[in-house]
Amino acid sequence: MTSRSHSVLRLSLMAVVVACAMPALAGDQTVSQAKKAFTVGVLKAKVGDTVTFRNDDEFAHNVFSLSDAQSFDLGSYKKGEVRTVKLTAPGTIEVECAIHPEMKMKIEVSK
Amino acid sequence: MSHKFRSQRVSLPLILLFGFLVIGSVVAAESDPWLRPDFAPAPPENQLTPARIHLGQLLFFDPRLSRKSTMSCASCHNPALGWSDGLPTASGFDMHTLARATPTIVNTSFNSIQMWDGRKSTLEDQATGPIEAAGEMNLPLPELIERLRAIPGYASKFEAAYPGMGITAVTVARGLASFERTVLSTESPFDRWRKGDEKAVSASAKNGFELFQDKAKCAVCHMGYNFTDNGFHNIGLKTEGEPDVGRFAQRPLKSMHGAFKTPTLRDIALTAPYMRNGSYKTLMEVVEHYDRGGDDKTNLDINMVPLSLTASEKQDLVAFLESLTGVPPDVRVPALPH
Repeated sequence: MTSRSHSVLRLSLMAVVVACAMPALAGDQTVSQAKKAFTVGVLKAKVGDTVTFRNDDEFAHNVFSLSDAQSFDLGSYKKGEVRTVKLTAPGTIEVECAIHPEMKMKIEVSK
Repeated sequence: MSHKFRSQRVSLPLILLFGFLVIGSVVAAESDPWLRPDFAPAPPENQLTPARIHLGQLLFFDPRLSRKSTMSCASCHNPALGWSDGLPTASGFDMHTLARATPTIVNTSFNSIQMWDGRKSTLEDQATGPIEAAGEMNLPLPELIERLRAIPGYASKFEAAYPGMGITAVTVARGLASFERTVLSTESPFDRWRKGDEKAVSASAKNGFELFQDKAKCAVCHMGYNFTDNGFHNIGLKTEGEPDVGRFAQRPLKSMHGAFKTPTLRDIALTAPYMRNGSYKTLMEVVEHYDRGGDDKTNLDINMVPLSLTASEKQDLVAFLESLTGVPPDVRVPALPH
């Protein structure tokens, strides 16, 4: 392997590491529920964005928040189904699965 | 000489093969999601020590932790009855019948959330709850601490376990939690089978395990080595009188109305009657409940569906469930401090 290809590989690995370390950036985006966990720990978003939760596990999940910033209950749903919430106010929203309390994530909503 | 040489040539591959098998079985045991870890996790501030376990054992069996000195933790979590009580629902203060069954404390140290409704998160949080609950041991914590401080024999036990911290609600809770972390399921026929002993369980139990994971959908909730998802489900039990809202009291969400925490299945043959209201006397009754897809369909968990199990499949599931029970160890009840 040449020194140039080494450098490219090193840069690619660094990019992957940085991408994994950063919270996901907003847009109207999807969060998966897989292996009894949300695939995103902290999501950055803006008021008016939507977040869609997709159940990729073999069993049912739920999504809810009782946060002061915004509360919602998207109910329980099976594998392959999705639920979407529109973000209506700035602040930190703590999101959980009611069925599996170990599943937690945050949405940091800015104006 | 030649014989010795031949012997070396034969034994080296055998030794290597044996080594691979041993290493392979150890790795398999460690990575098998259905085999329990050897030790329960403990938080940094309450790592297990012999003195802490001993203190917790004394407190666990001491009836002076209840208002009338008639009930200890072991009155309901009786080691002779699978660390439960053998009753449909618990008997509390002044023999008052409570609404829910006593959950076993076997392997509860592996749970990420405690109590039927998950209102406590750790063993330390949970430990003093029943002591001060009016319907249970009914002893306010300030009175408990005053009472324990008046028993000379306890001072040295607390000092050995938690030097310089004294007798407080915190050290009582930590001691009890330490003892509970030693209450673990023993090796069951199922465990021996998973470790490679094909004769440890019957063919019926093996088929039951397949059904458990597939057609019967049990593993949707009863997953992993402790056979629980630490989750909450409304499984459609028939109830009489005022319905028990369960987890809804902690999380006021529609899906949590009538939902309760998934219990472990370890040592399950020791803990009849079953379910959070003790409504089934046998494991077959439990299996038939799930085969019907539950009875009360109000707010039923969406994982619950009729299973169409055959009579033979039900027997296989029961055989598998019974294989999750080991031989309970003899438990020594300690002499209490005075």
